[in-house]
Amino acid sequence: MILVFCAILLWLFGWWLNGRLASGPYADTQMVRFVAPLVFGLTVIGIWELVVRGLEVPLVILPAPSVIAVRFGDSLPVLWADFVQTIIKGALSGYIIGCGAAFLMAIAVDRWDFLRLGLLPVGNFVAALPIVGTAPILVMWFGFDWHSKAAVVVVMVFFPMLVNTVAGLREATAMQRDLMETYAATYWQSFLKLRLPAAMPFIFNGLKISTTLALIGAIVAEFFGSPTLGMGFRISTSVGQLSLDMVWAEIVVAALAGTAFYGLVAMIEKAVTFWHPSQRG
Amino acid sequence: MNTESTTQPVIEARQLDLTFQTNDGPVHALKDVNLTIDKGEFVSFIGPSGCGKTTFLRCIAALETPTGGALTVNGMTPDEARRNRAYGYVFQAAGLYPWRTIAKNIKLPLEIMGYSSAEQEERVSKVLDLVDLAGFGGKFPWQLSGGMQQRASIARALAFDADILLMDEPFGALDEIVRDHLNEQLLALWARTEKTIGFVTHSIPEAVYLSTKIVVMSPRPGRITDVIDSPLPKERPLDIRDTPEFIEVAHRVREGLRAGHSDD
Amino acid sequence: MTSASIRAVCAVLTVVGVIILFWYAASVPMNIKGVLNEFERAGEQVDPPKAVDRRDMSEIELVIDNPYAIDETWEQERPRLPAPHQVAEELWDTTVEKKITSKRSLIYHSWVTLSATMLGFAIGTGLGILLAVGIVHSRVMDLSVMPWAIVSQTIPIIALAPMIIVVLYSVGIQGIIPKAIISAYLSFFPVVVGMVKGLRSPDAMQLDLLQTYNASRSQGFWKLRLPASMPYLFTSLKIGIAASLVGAIVGELPTGAVAGLGARLLAGSYYGQTVQIWSALFAAAILAACLVGLLGLVERTVLKRMGMAQ
Repeated sequence: MILVFCAILLWLFGWWLNGRLASGPYADTQMVRFVAPLVFGLTVIGIWELVVRGLEVPLVILPAPSVIAVRFGDSLPVLWADFVQTIIKGALSGYIIGCGAAFLMAIAVDRWDFLRLGLLPVGNFVAALPIVGTAPILVMWFGFDWHSKAAVVVVMVFFPMLVNTVAGLREATAMQRDLMETYAATYWQSFLKLRLPAAMPFIFNGLKISTTLALIGAIVAEFFGSPTLGMGFRISTSVGQLSLDMVWAEIVVAALAGTAFYGLVAMIEKAVTFWHPSQRG
Repeated sequence: MNTESTTQPVIEARQLDLTFQTNDGPVHALKDVNLTIDKGEFVSFIGPSGCGKTTFLRCIAALETPTGGALTVNGMTPDEARRNRAYGYVFQAAGLYPWRTIAKNIKLPLEIMGYSSAEQEERVSKVLDLVDLAGFGGKFPWQLSGGMQQRASIARALAFDADILLMDEPFGALDEIVRDHLNEQLLALWARTEKTIGFVTHSIPEAVYLSTKIVVMSPRPGRITDVIDSPLPKERPLDIRDTPEFIEVAHRVREGLRAGHSDD
Repeated sequence: MTSASIRAVCAVLTVVGVIILFWYAASVPMNIKGVLNEFERAGEQVDPPKAVDRRDMSEIELVIDNPYAIDETWEQERPRLPAPHQVAEELWDTTVEKKITSKRSLIYHSWVTLSATMLGFAIGTGLGILLAVGIVHSRVMDLSVMPWAIVSQTIPIIALAPMIIVVLYSVGIQGIIPKAIISAYLSFFPVVVGMVKGLRSPDAMQLDLLQTYNASRSQGFWKLRLPASMPYLFTSLKIGIAASLVGAIVGELPTGAVAGLGARLLAGSYYGQTVQIWSALFAAAILAACLVGLLGLVERTVLKRMGMAQ
């Protein structure tokens, strides 16, 4: 009970600290913007630890953060192998193939008006569907190993990427197109020098959405069958064995991988689209 | 380029017609337009919106295709002229690519037309000087003021050897003071380069101040109501706008515009 | 109907037609080996006659050598890729022909999934809007919570689903609630992020105008921020409901649930009932399309009423 009381105190302290930070003289600095969410996160973890210990919550319901951390440290080789299987082999290869194919398709769609009229509504429609559902079919076709996971990822990222790229390639204004026309520029000249650069913010939007979709696809596809390896496999078997500390460790890996993947794409975006108003700030 | 250019007009329109098919039925954008523009002339097109002045300019640039009549540019069809890179076009907005520096923006047409990189450098620094932007080549468009951006876009149109400069309300979005300054610079530039200029505007003082020939147009259908050859000398300080000759020409333009309006 | 929209409809129909044709064409090589194996078992003449020899041959070659088998590739019971009409038949059989209460009715399974989706979506959206209002009005919450809401968009939080199901099961909660919780948290974050963006969308001039009227904060909220946020809200609602549906389907996987579209998918993949998988998939797709379409309709009506759309 004392620990629970401590948790309440910690909550009040965290709230007070962030309140001070938010209304203090440094409220608009980068530092506070970085520290405040950190304080919040640490407070939540602290409360979690104290409440779990204080109320003696059983491991099979919610393991304490410290237990998860220990498990994480102890299982690094396993977690690494799962990471390679799911993220590198499954998600990343599918991401590259899917986004690449969607990009090429987008060029075709942009080139032929008929394709744009016909394929774009279909693409918009499919982009909103629960595509993870194709996982059992693709697992059946491509086997249990990472190839089927990559296939699920390809299908998942294809349409959002297609729709975004096509929208981007139409972003150049009529005036900018007319300008290229007055130079008697060829199709590919105006594509490379005008439409592609103008499309970059949209393309990166598609790439960023796709990072999360890729991880979801790769992990969920493993629920439908996988070799005895991989994050989705580990999560579903560990849940079955009620070793929730392992599940949480995998979730930590997934969170780190997702943030890093997204962050990487966002960094490249910043370098490529430095000129866009949203990046100049 | 053309040895007969002293005798042959640069731009010649005969009975030009253009009808757009829209969802609300056909729109007669140009009707029976007859106009001859000689080499080295500065021609302004003035009229209310919808009178077809921009459309006519776009026809010359082969951005629109007339539905009737004949139009030649340097004795060729507009499309052939376009392929020969006969003109530089300046739009109402600068339309510089935000991902390219000013110098790279000016290089854009040169890259497309396949100039060597040494020549690209040379021409860029030449036209940057011409529009008073030397030293700004490394900046990005969004780091410059609106007037400077528009000057850069003129430099871009001058970078390759087009002998016709087509300008569609290039200073329309700028404030009066900047506009006066750019008008003065444009005249100086025209004197130095001896290009033929087609200039769309809806400002009477601007048209009178700049032009050797003023084409007054009126809408529904878009047509020419008056063509005024300016009696003003080629040398024009800003205060020429207070002389009786200037005011008289401006008056005639205003009358022409009013006559076009009384039709509807 | 204008000629432009007729052209658009023609284009869409053509694309859909090409997809269906391609689908039929693809089912031939996909299923040819299975069909030939069946023929061999039935004692018919197959080229080449032994399954071992056929295993490493290309499917196209087999089709060319056994053209009479093509018809059969569209009629198999457990094909690798069922033909469109097989899926359509199965959909018809399991919706119209079956009683809604039947365990084999897709309508029944769709309803199980839909109810969890809707409950979760309602909870997630409600809490999401509340949090967004809090974030916009409290600087402390903005600074401490908002970054986490944004980060949550980049991580596959759906990985939590199996654990939530099992943990709740172990404390005796099962049925619709665990699935709804997954649906709720999947729709929660997109709504928070979109709604915060929307509530912040009025520009400085509009806010200054209200200042000159000496409007209170709640007046500013009800008269400016909330109406201005509507387009953003609907955009994120559409993302949220699609995510909710995925959540409900994935939530049915880990416990081997007996009802719901996810359960149909899982059962189909256990027993190799491909036609069942495809029809469940299409049911899910139709459900998603209806939900998103419905929201789109509400969006258009509301925005029209508010004068924000034509």
